[in-house]
Amino acid sequence: MSFTTKVHTDDGVVTIRLTGELDSRSAPSLNEIIVEATESTVRRLVLLAEDLTYMSSAGLRCLVFAHQKLGRGVDIVLVGATPEVAETIRLTGFDRSLVMQGATER
Amino acid sequence: MSRSPERLDAFPTHRIAGFGVRAGRPLPFGASRVPGGVNFSVYSAGATGMTLVLYRRDEVEPLAELDFPPEFVVGAVYSMTVFGIDAETVEYGYRADGPFEPERGHRFDRGQVLLDPYATLVHGRDSWGGQRRPLRSGVALDDFDWEEDRQLRIPSEDLVIYEAHVRGFTRHSSSGVDQPGTFAGLVEKIPYLKSLGVNAVELMPVFEFDELDNERHDPRSGAPLHNYWGYSTIGFFAPKAGLAATGRLGMQADEFKNMVKQLHRAGIEVILDVVFNHTAEGNELGPTLSFRGLDNSVYYMLTPDGYYYNFSGTGNTLNCNHPIVRGFVLDCLRHWASQFHVDGFRFDLAAILVRAPNGAPIPNPPLLESLAADPVLRDCKLIAEAWDAGGLYQVGTFPNYHRFSEWNGKFRDTVRRFVKGDAGLAGELATRLLGSPDLYRDRAPTASVNFITAHDGFTLRDLVSYNEKHNDANGEGGRDGDNDNNSWNCGVEGDTEDKRVLALRDRQIRNLLLLLLTSHGIPMLVAGDEFGRTQHGNNNAYCQDNELSWVDWSLAETNAGLLRFTKAAIAFRRAHPALRRPWHLRGHQGDGLFPEISWHGERAWTPDWSPGQRLLAALLYCHNEIGHDCVYLAANAHWDSRELELPALPDGMRWHLFADTARVCGQDVHQPGEEPPLADDHVRVEPRSTVVLVARNTEE
Repeated sequence: MSFTTKVHTDDGVVTIRLTGELDSRSAPSLNEIIVEATESTVRRLVLLAEDLTYMSSAGLRCLVFAHQKLGRGVDIVLVGATPEVAETIRLTGFDRSLVMQGATER
Repeated sequence: MSRSPERLDAFPTHRIAGFGVRAGRPLPFGASRVPGGVNFSVYSAGATGMTLVLYRRDEVEPLAELDFPPEFVVGAVYSMTVFGIDAETVEYGYRADGPFEPERGHRFDRGQVLLDPYATLVHGRDSWGGQRRPLRSGVALDDFDWEEDRQLRIPSEDLVIYEAHVRGFTRHSSSGVDQPGTFAGLVEKIPYLKSLGVNAVELMPVFEFDELDNERHDPRSGAPLHNYWGYSTIGFFAPKAGLAATGRLGMQADEFKNMVKQLHRAGIEVILDVVFNHTAEGNELGPTLSFRGLDNSVYYMLTPDGYYYNFSGTGNTLNCNHPIVRGFVLDCLRHWASQFHVDGFRFDLAAILVRAPNGAPIPNPPLLESLAADPVLRDCKLIAEAWDAGGLYQVGTFPNYHRFSEWNGKFRDTVRRFVKGDAGLAGELATRLLGSPDLYRDRAPTASVNFITAHDGFTLRDLVSYNEKHNDANGEGGRDGDNDNNSWNCGVEGDTEDKRVLALRDRQIRNLLLLLLTSHGIPMLVAGDEFGRTQHGNNNAYCQDNELSWVDWSLAETNAGLLRFTKAAIAFRRAHPALRRPWHLRGHQGDGLFPEISWHGERAWTPDWSPGQRLLAALLYCHNEIGHDCVYLAANAHWDSRELELPALPDGMRWHLFADTARVCGQDVHQPGEEPPLADDHVRVEPRSTVVLVARNTEE
């Protein structure tokens, strides 16, 4: 399954909806989007992950990359990660870099 | 923020096997991510050619084989930058060309794909005991956010070390953790470690090893036995994937870093047990995994006819004082100190690090000198197991450069023998109590890592429950394991219902713990000893990946009194600077109440050092800005009780009881600061008992 993103920016809040498989092949494209997003002032980055079917370690590293790009003052929120992804983030200490939330109401 | 065009200072100059490449950077060795690709660098003094073999993650057949052209070789270093590959998903290895001439030390074999000695990840044993895939090298990324973390740099005299096996610590069903047997599982036990009071964990091997490389079987069940302890390294720069809950995702390095960071937040240092005396390749019959195929005659100590010296007892001996191997060891420890924030290292069979390439001990081994003076390692604790399997015993004489501490085997033996009742040991015990100045006179007491038990040998509970080792389950016909244990079963071998025997064992354990935790030097406990862990008499559980050796946490409730006692003894040590002296004793300092140490007996100030005595009574004293710190210790290993006159205190001070191992559980120890006063200036020390007192102001 392919990987697609939909970006929405509103007053410094960048929301990216992730769909499909985020793995080592698709991770570079997400990194590109993060780089583009950081060209304007970002207060908060929200990643909607409810429609992700798979996230590999390379996908997790995109979150770390975003954290590095945006710095510690910017909240990174991961919404609706699967329990497995959330657990891996916790075990590797990456939860220090982001806020995890349950799925949004749609 | 605007993006400037990336400057291209590295671009492909060649195409090899379909990949754009260029001559790489020789340093750093290993594989490192560079813009647009990965830089590979490997050295071999004896090879005549080298091939980089690339794989896609989890695939058996190579993606490509890239021969190093001559212009990519500088000296003995083969380096190549490969563009267009992803460090996260690539796996790799090397084929080294060269002669197979064992009598001249060469064992090149182009048919083998070798691990990179500098590989920061090793793939192929991704979960513990799981499917065995070919071993491949991988590239760990360096994007972990350490925030403000750094090495804790706790003064050595304040350390209380807790030795643990990462898997065994939480693998038992009673551990109650979500991720049993892993680095993440250990993180879940940090609150426990804090409540116990230890401030350093010493982890048994965590470098990648192959737990399936043991060929022995359980003689009763026939089940294969694992190489559970892992003193058999295959990847010195790589945390073991099978000890990580996220190993199957290749995230073991991240999980390890998170463990270190969380331990540091709790004020607990991380010391690694490192095995540089041999590798997993064994002797000439063993597998060729990496070193043998890259530079056999460099990495191993060889006999004149090309066989392996075996000072490690495991088949081969790493040639640590060869200049190339020395650099390798140094690079490895720098990696763990800088990339993983590790606080110290315990060197397994460290006497081997003192040997020259021909096996002879040398007085100024260059490896140890380099480690001692290295700027990256400056704040790391360095601890030597100062003996080897070739008969070199260097406790007290290990070339230390005022940097290495030693596992003090003489402390262990003396305290064990004294407590079990051997005669003539009070004098030697006095020396051990003071940090063994006979061995470490020119150094600090912290040169002595004091221990009663370690992973090798009996657990503390078994030390007072067995006269003989019971190693049948190891499948070696009882030939393995130490025979010289200085243990005493208190009257019955092994399990018993006899209440008097059980009570005596409980008391002996407390006697041993109190002597350990009141002695100068660095005390070390073994995980589970604080609540009576048993291996049912097995004193060499290296292959017992099962309930025989895993820490059974239900014992923390069964033996809650012992756990409480241990916690109090650790807290008492931390509360009393007189027990944590950073220098050897200097006698009376003029302005204090007492000399720094004084010896006593049935009458105060009158010790009896005659051989039949089994009593040691000592007053440890120090005076600092907070006030006077006076601790009185009396250990009676005799079968009769003793009435001891106590040294007189100045007006306004009285002796208070911290611990009396003869008292029933619940009254055997008091919380530091809440010790009740004694009725008068005498104390009765019951048979085979230890009493610890503290002087305090009466109005307190």
